[in-house]
Amino acid sequence: MEPNWQLTRKRATLEKRARIIQQIRAFFIDRDFLEVETPHLIPANAPELYIDAVAATDGFLQTSPELCMKRLLAAGYERLFQICRCWRAGERGQRHLPEYTMLEWYRRDNDYQQLMADCEALILALCPQRSLCWQGQSIDLTPPWPRLTVAEAFSRYSSVSLQEALEQGHFDTIISEQIEPRLPVNKPLFLLDYPLQHASLARRKPDNDNFAERVEVYIGGLELANGFSELTDATEQRLRFQIEEYRRRTLGKPPYPTCEAFLNDLQTLKAAAGIALGIDRLVMLFCDQAMIDDVVSFTPEQL
Amino acid sequence: MYTCSDLKKGLKLLIDGDPHVIVQYDFTKPGKGQALYKCKLRNMITGALFDRTYRSGESFEPASLEEREMQFLYQDETGYVFMDKKTYDQITLSEETMGDDKYFLIDNMDVEILMYGDRGIGISLPNFVNLRVTQADPWVKGDTAAGNNKPATVETGYTLQVPSFVEEGILIQIDTRTGEYSTRVKE
Repeated sequence: MEPNWQLTRKRATLEKRARIIQQIRAFFIDRDFLEVETPHLIPANAPELYIDAVAATDGFLQTSPELCMKRLLAAGYERLFQICRCWRAGERGQRHLPEYTMLEWYRRDNDYQQLMADCEALILALCPQRSLCWQGQSIDLTPPWPRLTVAEAFSRYSSVSLQEALEQGHFDTIISEQIEPRLPVNKPLFLLDYPLQHASLARRKPDNDNFAERVEVYIGGLELANGFSELTDATEQRLRFQIEEYRRRTLGKPPYPTCEAFLNDLQTLKAAAGIALGIDRLVMLFCDQAMIDDVVSFTPEQL
Repeated sequence: MYTCSDLKKGLKLLIDGDPHVIVQYDFTKPGKGQALYKCKLRNMITGALFDRTYRSGESFEPASLEEREMQFLYQDETGYVFMDKKTYDQITLSEETMGDDKYFLIDNMDVEILMYGDRGIGISLPNFVNLRVTQADPWVKGDTAAGNNKPATVETGYTLQVPSFVEEGILIQIDTRTGEYSTRVKE
């Protein structure tokens, strides 16, 4: 019998993947970030309408390490990063795996402007030649990357106004079907300032109560990272969790417990910002792969 | 009933009374938003192809089709001809109906024909078929990197990626669900 070729054929990609992860670690260590590990099995995730956790014995697998990371920030750690596994039930497609690898980094006393600068610096550190080619599209990585607000994106690319989309519950559909396919792909792009109801852990914009300081990073049309200026008002965070939990239940989803320890510790956090970046998708970009299947050693179907 | 999490390529659904098969499938999800299940469907009666996007919470009726075991005889200008080995009844499926399944047929192969009344509207293939490589670049001696791959064409005209050591004339096993190389077959 010959060796399993579905595994052997990935060697070059897995070698590059390992190098990318080593370079990411070096990038953050150089900038005086502390690498931390927090538990994968937790009593509660932040409730989010469309993110379903995998239930485990005595808790849930994390959908993101954010609650534990923010508790560390609140305790006084200034700069943190983590590379870890996250699980999201039912997410499987050409760009989605139900178990995947996430990079998250956090900065105290900062906002999402700094995160955008971090993204530019990180990608340039991984790609000093400042350009890459993904699926036939050449992408110029030279900073500064263009920025587009969600409101601008709706007025430029959508058939309905942002207000109408929100009222009719079509926000996600418009983003996915009308806006994302029309975003420029020759440079990376920051899509920023989301409506408040689509940013349940992000701080309100100081000059506009209806929007939050949340940013999505796209490279070549691939959604790579999501970050925000953290909401650090514990009372408002509790209220937003209750709204999100209520919306979950109206869709018939199972109730999630409230993470009281997080809400308690949040009271000692002032300004902070944090971002989550999908490592598998980053490897797709740098290895010119269209399918997430081709950048991991095993897909769930191969187990 | 099926839910969105059951959707995948090859699944057969009843839509407006007609059986449909999913010929392309993808799951997408913008940011923290709602999941979208994007399907390209083929109406198995009319052959019409169309795109449809579903959202979580929707449900689907399975298309339960009668299956008849038949043998593949030959292909001619009318299409692909199959025969019931007990009754000697013959059925012809058009190239359009066969879709990519045509690449995995071998003469005299036993397959399940999906029936709609007395009409054949599709086939159900075994998970693995063995096909002979008819075209592939020669193996460069010294290329020992097991992970290297190259394109190869098999006897049915289908092209796929294979390991560098696979040469013309070799019999290989292909997974019909993914269309991918699985292993060499010892003869």
